[in-house]
Amino acid sequence: MAEALKDRSMVLQKEMIANHFERLAQAPETGEKVVYTFVPGNLTELIRSFGALPVLPEINALQSGMRKLSGEYIAEAERAGHSEDVCTYVKCDIGMMRAGNIGPGGTKLPKPDLLLLSYTGCYTFMKWFELLREEYDCPTVMFHVPYQGDGKLEPEHREYMLRQLREQVIPALEKVTGRKYDEEKLRHHLQLSAMAEDDLVAVLQAGKTVPSPIDGYFGTVYYVGPIFSAFRGTQEGVDYYRALREEVEERSALGLGPITPEGPLEGEKYRLVVEGPPNWTHFRDFWKMFADEKAVVVASTYTKVGGTYDFGFRHDPNDPLGTMADYCSGCYTNLNLPARIDMIVRYIEEYKADGFLINSVKSCNSFSAGQLMILREVEKRTGIPGAFIESDLVDPRYFSAANIKNRLESYFQMIDARRAGRTA
Amino acid sequence: MTRAELVEWARDIYDDLDFTVVRQWLAEHPTRKAAGYLPVYAPRELLHATGFLPVGVHGGGDRLEIIRGDAFYQSYICHLPRSVIELAQSGRLDMLSAVLFPSTCDVIRNLSGMWKLLYPDVYVRYIDVPQVPDPGAAAEFWAGELNHLLDDLAGVSGHRPTDDELRHSIAVYNETREMIRTLYALRRERPWDVPTEELYLLLRAGESIPPETFLARARQYLAAVEADPKRPRDNSRVVIVGAFCEQPPLGLIKSIERAGCYIVDDDFLLGNRFLTHDVPADANPVRALADAFIRNDMASSVLYEIDPMGKRNLMKNRVAAASADGIIFATPSFCDPALLDQPMLRAGAETAGIPCIAFKYAENTGQFQQFREQAGTFADSIKLWGAA
Repeated sequence: MAEALKDRSMVLQKEMIANHFERLAQAPETGEKVVYTFVPGNLTELIRSFGALPVLPEINALQSGMRKLSGEYIAEAERAGHSEDVCTYVKCDIGMMRAGNIGPGGTKLPKPDLLLLSYTGCYTFMKWFELLREEYDCPTVMFHVPYQGDGKLEPEHREYMLRQLREQVIPALEKVTGRKYDEEKLRHHLQLSAMAEDDLVAVLQAGKTVPSPIDGYFGTVYYVGPIFSAFRGTQEGVDYYRALREEVEERSALGLGPITPEGPLEGEKYRLVVEGPPNWTHFRDFWKMFADEKAVVVASTYTKVGGTYDFGFRHDPNDPLGTMADYCSGCYTNLNLPARIDMIVRYIEEYKADGFLINSVKSCNSFSAGQLMILREVEKRTGIPGAFIESDLVDPRYFSAANIKNRLESYFQMIDARRAGRTA
Repeated sequence: MTRAELVEWARDIYDDLDFTVVRQWLAEHPTRKAAGYLPVYAPRELLHATGFLPVGVHGGGDRLEIIRGDAFYQSYICHLPRSVIELAQSGRLDMLSAVLFPSTCDVIRNLSGMWKLLYPDVYVRYIDVPQVPDPGAAAEFWAGELNHLLDDLAGVSGHRPTDDELRHSIAVYNETREMIRTLYALRRERPWDVPTEELYLLLRAGESIPPETFLARARQYLAAVEADPKRPRDNSRVVIVGAFCEQPPLGLIKSIERAGCYIVDDDFLLGNRFLTHDVPADANPVRALADAFIRNDMASSVLYEIDPMGKRNLMKNRVAAASADGIIFATPSFCDPALLDQPMLRAGAETAGIPCIAFKYAENTGQFQQFREQAGTFADSIKLWGAA
């Protein structure tokens, strides 16, 4: 396979991530504290305000998947007694740890000084850190983000989160880092977050343009990388999103399509909305199946797991703890099914999509349980037939290229037939 | 009633997927309503006080053919939600005016949203329990949730209970929990006299009838056991772990017992016993319920374990409390809470030298021979080790 083409922002991001992992590798020597936490509901600004570095185990797992290492890591975890039925991110992470904890940067990841269990939208997170706690002798602090069961953040839930931040999370960070909580520093990071979020939303909403200058799924998982991981609330994050926005606006002005690993996509033929995480073990092959058919994903839900910004939310430095509670509550998997359906329908309408696809991953019940219902409801409300494919996050055993390609080809033919029917 | 009559009464209720006893109760109480709850923990006291008949929704087991339910779930999702959907889509749950979905896992959580879409006229509430036993913020949050639920349920049933009525419901459920503790203690002491098949059927019947009726039947059962003692056998004493949500088919329980195992502790129908101590019935009732949950010492896969050694020690403690010889991890396929916990629990058990075996089931599993062989070999090996 030819070397993947990369746009400027991808090169910039690669440097940022490499530097971050280098800094993590040196943390035992530099004395920088390391906090493991999760992407949904991550409190990166708060962690940064204490001078600590975040590590996101899901990011490590997906990177292992992309680097074709996850299969062996999962096998290692299963040999150690972990069930074949459970989340492969967890098993990949545990297998990676047992194999020496070499992270995506090729350097050894430091042990956590604190496990910050932000319990947001995913039951498995709770077990994941209970399992990691067995391996690391470090404190764990639980931050319980109530689920939006009734489709909204209730005031008493917000108050509960504020109390946990004040009474549990901040004291735990103070203890581990030896630093006092500095609200001014936190405000500064939140201000930087809001700036980056403005630019990210401009990028995401570029998908409304016809032709779309971005791929709102395959391309956008790269775009959201910095803001979902270590770089929200940092100057590097602000610089990255400014550069990305300029790049996307330039492509948009020129009427160009997205950059794919095979090169620029010209002649956009299908505009899709996608629900569910991608498969990481065959990410490039998966993307190519779409690009070969000139199918562009204009919006997706997975790219909102680490924060939903495109409906107006921005981190607010004037309400530092409250805004973090609002952020956590609004992460995609913390929304109930009716709210998820509303979001998808809105994307289909606002992004002028002519197709809707669910990639259902075996690993993730937070996403997958109910997706067949989502499919039916979205079809009912939009009149657009959906497609349903199955794979996994990082377990290569569950990616069947031939099956997925067949389904996609059939689906695109159906879209063609519907178009022909409309014009006949 | 004799033991056999009581067991047949309970079996009839267990087998009846049309919930005839619930429908009869509603016919006899035309101004009242019924409310369902899924596993594991739901505050039934509030349902009772607001005038509902609380009804456990535990799926269709091996007694229900899945026709519609499979269209809602992929093959890699556990069986319980598809049989619950099957029951609902076939009209068997149409007598429920409210359904509560506890924070057991993401599958049950997402099912709450599906229910809102499928049955917009039914009251639906996701029960998000606090995860940390913090008497400050967590207790405050849970009291707020209970008050919210109470207001909503009162709105649906049309009956806003007084504090005294709430205290009465708390007292009834304290008595129910005490009765179940008594039954479990008796089985622990004389498992030959309280076969798990019988105990399980009695508890399952209790999920569809008023708690007062359950108490009366349970007292009759205790009397019947004393009147009809059985002969002890040389069986191994085992604890069953992992079956707290999707329930095993009755045939699986029977197979384990017939393979030479006395089940002396289990986590079947765990919601019944989730609160391990009485809730004070003389205090602010909602606050008392909230505080009871916070200071509860039930360790479960559906709650965060705050003690870093908690998972490691849990099996050792449970085996010691039950004077058991070994553990059978009997876990539903694709059950995140049970399967993610299992490596930690099993490691703790094996470190303590406790023999263990593990297998997976689905509620509709129909073939039990392999389980019987596994359990039989396990029971034999325990005896061999014990004699060594």
